[in-house]
Amino acid sequence: MTEAALLPLAVAVPLLGAALLALAGRILPRTGCDILATGCAGAEVVCLVLLWTHSGGRLATADLGGWPARLGIVLAADPIGAGLALLVAVLVLAVVVYAWRYFDEPTGEHAGAFPALILLFEAGMAGFALTGDLFNAFVFFELMGAAAYALTGYHIEDPRPLHGALTFGIVTSFAAYCSLLGIGLLYARTGELNLARLGGQLAAHHTDVLTVAAFVLIATALLVKAAAVPFHFWLPDAHAVAPTPVCMLMSGAMVELGVYGIARVYWTVFSGPGGIPHQAFRTTFTALGLLTALLGALMCWQQRHLKRLLAFSTVSHVGLFLVSVALLTSDGVVGTAVYVAAHGLVKAALFALSGVLLDRFGSVDEHGLHGRGRELRTVGVLFLAGALALAGLPPFGTGLGKALGEDAAGHWQPWLPAVFVAASAVTGAAVLRAALRIFWGAGPVPRNRPGEEETTGEGEEPEIRSPRRTLPPTMTVVPAALLALAALVGALPDVAAALARGAAVFTDPAGYTAAVLTQPDAPPGPVPAADWTATGVLLGLLSAGIAVALAGTAVHREIPARRSRHPAARAVRALRRQHSGHLGDYLAWLALGVAVVCVAIAVQI
Amino acid sequence: MTARARLAVFLAAAAVIAAFFTAACTDLPPFGTDSHPYGERAVAAALDRRTANVVSAVNFDIRAFDTLGEESILFGTVLGATLLLRRARDERHRRAEADRVMPTTRLFGALLLPVTLVVGVYIVAHGQLSPGGGFQGGVVLATALHLAYVAADYRALKKLRPLAVLDVADSLAAASYSLIGLAGMIAGGAFLKNVLPLGTFNTVTSGGTVPVLNAAVGVEVACGLIALLAHFLDQAVELTDPDQQRYGDT
Amino acid sequence: MGTWVFLAAGWVLLIALYGLVTSRNLIHAIGCLAVAQSSTYLLLLAVGYRRDATAPIYSDLTPGTRPVVDPVVQALALTDVVVGATVTALLLALTIQLRKRHHTVDPQALTGLKG
Repeated sequence: MTEAALLPLAVAVPLLGAALLALAGRILPRTGCDILATGCAGAEVVCLVLLWTHSGGRLATADLGGWPARLGIVLAADPIGAGLALLVAVLVLAVVVYAWRYFDEPTGEHAGAFPALILLFEAGMAGFALTGDLFNAFVFFELMGAAAYALTGYHIEDPRPLHGALTFGIVTSFAAYCSLLGIGLLYARTGELNLARLGGQLAAHHTDVLTVAAFVLIATALLVKAAAVPFHFWLPDAHAVAPTPVCMLMSGAMVELGVYGIARVYWTVFSGPGGIPHQAFRTTFTALGLLTALLGALMCWQQRHLKRLLAFSTVSHVGLFLVSVALLTSDGVVGTAVYVAAHGLVKAALFALSGVLLDRFGSVDEHGLHGRGRELRTVGVLFLAGALALAGLPPFGTGLGKALGEDAAGHWQPWLPAVFVAASAVTGAAVLRAALRIFWGAGPVPRNRPGEEETTGEGEEPEIRSPRRTLPPTMTVVPAALLALAALVGALPDVAAALARGAAVFTDPAGYTAAVLTQPDAPPGPVPAADWTATGVLLGLLSAGIAVALAGTAVHREIPARRSRHPAARAVRALRRQHSGHLGDYLAWLALGVAVVCVAIAVQI
Repeated sequence: MTARARLAVFLAAAAVIAAFFTAACTDLPPFGTDSHPYGERAVAAALDRRTANVVSAVNFDIRAFDTLGEESILFGTVLGATLLLRRARDERHRRAEADRVMPTTRLFGALLLPVTLVVGVYIVAHGQLSPGGGFQGGVVLATALHLAYVAADYRALKKLRPLAVLDVADSLAAASYSLIGLAGMIAGGAFLKNVLPLGTFNTVTSGGTVPVLNAAVGVEVACGLIALLAHFLDQAVELTDPDQQRYGDT
Repeated sequence: MGTWVFLAAGWVLLIALYGLVTSRNLIHAIGCLAVAQSSTYLLLLAVGYRRDATAPIYSDLTPGTRPVVDPVVQALALTDVVVGATVTALLLALTIQLRKRHHTVDPQALTGLKG
C-alpha cells in the first residue's frame, strides 16, 4: 500500500473499529468485544508499522480528498510523528489486552462502549500526530480530549473520578479555545491553515506582538496537554482517579503529544523569519521545562498515592522532554524521541502494575500497603525493574534517551545534564521506595501525618468486581512485555537510528515545506548520532545508583518530627497546598502561565 | 489559594493578557478587509465542484477530514454519555408517570411534529445548496421528536423513540463517513475524494459526495442527539436517587 | 468599529475566565466555558468579514457579481460549535453524577484530590 493510503487509514481504522464495537457490543458477549477490540488495535499497529517502514526516514504525505495543501488538509508523517502514532498504537494494543476481563461493567447492550472509546481516543491521538494542518490538529485535540474526559470519569459511583474528569475537561477545553483564538489570529495574518504554508506566509511579515500573542495562545493548549508547570495541575488529579488502562494511555502517550505539538508547530510555522526567534523560544521553553522537571520530581517524592506518584513522575519527565526539544537541535529531538518512546512503555507498565495492586487490595496507598505485596513477587520484581528503568538504567531506552538528551543539553549549558540526572533519579527513587515498602515490607511502617494536605490512596474502588478470582495472566504479561520493549528501544540500535533520521527531517522546515507543497525527495539534513556513549552509560548508572541510595535511605530512616518546622519542609507544604484540587485555582495559574510566557517571549524579540 | 489571592493572580494575569491581545489586534489586518486568500480559493474550488453553498463545500469536500473528526467527537460523546449516565448499582429504574396535558397543547404538538420532521429532512437534503446541512438538519430532526415530550409526556416520547434502532443507526452513520472516505480512496486515489458525478449546479443532486456525507451526518446527528438527550432525560425522569431510596422515599 | 470587534473577542474570553476562576457552581462554570468558546466564534467570524459582502452561497447569486465573506472561517466556526456542544454535554453528564454522589456542585466543596 502507498503512504497516501496508509496515512488516512491510520485514523480511519480506529474510527471504524469504534463504530464496529459500538454495534457489536449489542449482540456479542464481553469476550467477543474484547477479541474484536484486540483485532482493531492490532490492525492499527500493522498499519503504522507499514507506514513506518514504508516512509523510510522521509516525510510521507497524503493530500486528503485529492486537494493540494493550498486548499485541503494534508497529512504528513516523518519518523517522529509516525513513531509517536506507533507508540500510541502499541500502548492501545497493550491496554486492550490488559483490560481483557478487567471490568465487568457496563454489561448488557453497552459492553462495547469502553473499548470503542479507547479506539476513538487512539484515533484522536493518531490524527493529532499525523496531521499537517493547524485547525485539523485542534479537531483531533478535541477528539482525544472528549474521549479522555469520558474515560477518566468512568467510575461514576465515586465522586473523585468525576471531580478529576471535570477539572481535566474544563481546564483542557478552556485552553483549547485559547488555541483556537490563536489560530484565528494567525489566520487573519496569513490566510492559511496548513502548517507549511503558514510558515511561508509568516515570512512576509515582521515579528510583532501579534506573532507572540498567536504563538502563546496556540501553545497554551499544548502546554496544558503536556502538563508543563504551571499548566500541570489537572494531570495528577486526572491520573489518580482514571481507570488504570486509561492512565496507561494518558501518561504513556497523550501528555507527550503536547510536547510533540509544541515542537511541530514551532518548527513548521514559527521557526523562520516573521516567527519567534530561536533564542527566545529556547530560553523560555527550557526554563519552563526545568521548572516542570524539578517541581514534578519534588512533588513525586512527596506522594504516597501510587498513581498520583506516577503522575508527578510523568510531569517531571515531560519537563525533561521540553528541555531537550527546546534546544532546537536535531540531537535534542532524537534524544526526546527515544526518551518518549521508552518512557511511554515503562510508565504504562508501572501503571499496569499499580492496577494489579488496585485489583488485589483495593488500595494504591504506599503506607497502607506496607508489606502486603510480599506474595506478589513477580509483580514486585517487575515494579523494581520499572523503577530502575525510570531512573535511566542502561540498557533501557529511557537510559539512552536520557543520555542523548543530556549530551545535547550539555552542549548548550554544561550544567543542564545535572537536572536530567536529578529528575530521573528522584522520580525513579520514589517508585523504588514504594516498591520496596509494598513488595518487600522494607523499613518501618511510615507514621501518618495528620493534618497534611495529601491524597492517601486508600479506599479506592477495586476495578474488578470479583476479587476472589486469581490474577488474570494478562495483567502481568502485558507490563512485562512493555518493559521488554522499553529495553529493546535502548538495546536495538536500529530504533534510535531510525528516530535520528526522523529528527533530521523534523528539524528541517524547508524540507517539510517542500515535501508538503511539491513532494520532491529532498535529502534531509545531517543525521545526528544516536548511540550509547561511555558518558551516557555512566550517567545512567549514576542516576540509577542515586535512586537506589535515596530509596534505601528513605525506607530505613524515620523522619524526625522537628524537621517538619524546617523552612524547607514548610516550603514543600506550601507547594503541596497549591495542588488544591480547586478548579478556580488551576485556571488562575493557567492565566498566570499565559501572561508570563507572553512577557518572557516579548522581552526577547 | 484563598479567594482573594486567586482573584489577585487572575487580575494581574488578565491585565497582561489583555494588554497583549489589544496590541495584537492593532497589528491585525483591518476589520472587513478584502484580502481573504484561502476563502477565495475555496469559493473557486466549490464552484468548480458545482456546490452552491461554499460553507458546505468546505466542510464536506475541501476540508472533509475536519468533519470526520467532528462527527467522531459527537459519536464519542454519545458513547461517553452512555457510559457516564449508566445506571449505578444502587439506582432503581422507575416507570415515568403519565402527565396531564391540555388538549390544545397535544393538538399543537401533533401538528407541529410532522412539519418539523419535514423541515429537518429538507435542511439536511439541501445542505449543498442553502444554509443548513447535516448538522443543522439533524438537530431539527432530533428536536421534532422531543415535541412529543413537550406536548404530551415522557411515555409518548418513549413510544416514538426506539433507542436500540437509533443507537445502531448512529453507529452505522458514524462508520459510513469513514467508509465513504475509503470509497474515495479506492475509486479516486485519495481518502475522502469527491468521486461521485457532480450533477447540475444548484440542484439537489449536485456536489458529488457532499449531499451523501451530509445525509450520513444528518442521520448521525439526529440519532446521536436523541440518544444523548435520552440519557439525560432518563436521569431526570426515570432514575430514582440512591438517597431517596435509602430513606424509603420513592 | 474596526479593531473593537476583535477586542470584543478578547474581552469575552477574559470575562469567561473570570467567571471560571470565581465560580461556586459547576453548571455556572460549564456555562462560562461556553462563553469562552463564543469568543472564538466572534474572532473567527470577524476575521472572515469583508465589507459590503454577502453570504458565500450561490444558490441565488451569480458567481462574480458580488464579493462574499470568507467561507472557511464559517466552516471552522460550524465545526467549533459542534465540538463545544458535545464537550458541554459530557461535562454536564459528569456534573449530574457528581451531584448525585457528592450532593454538591460547588467546586470549592470538592476536596478529595489534593497535595
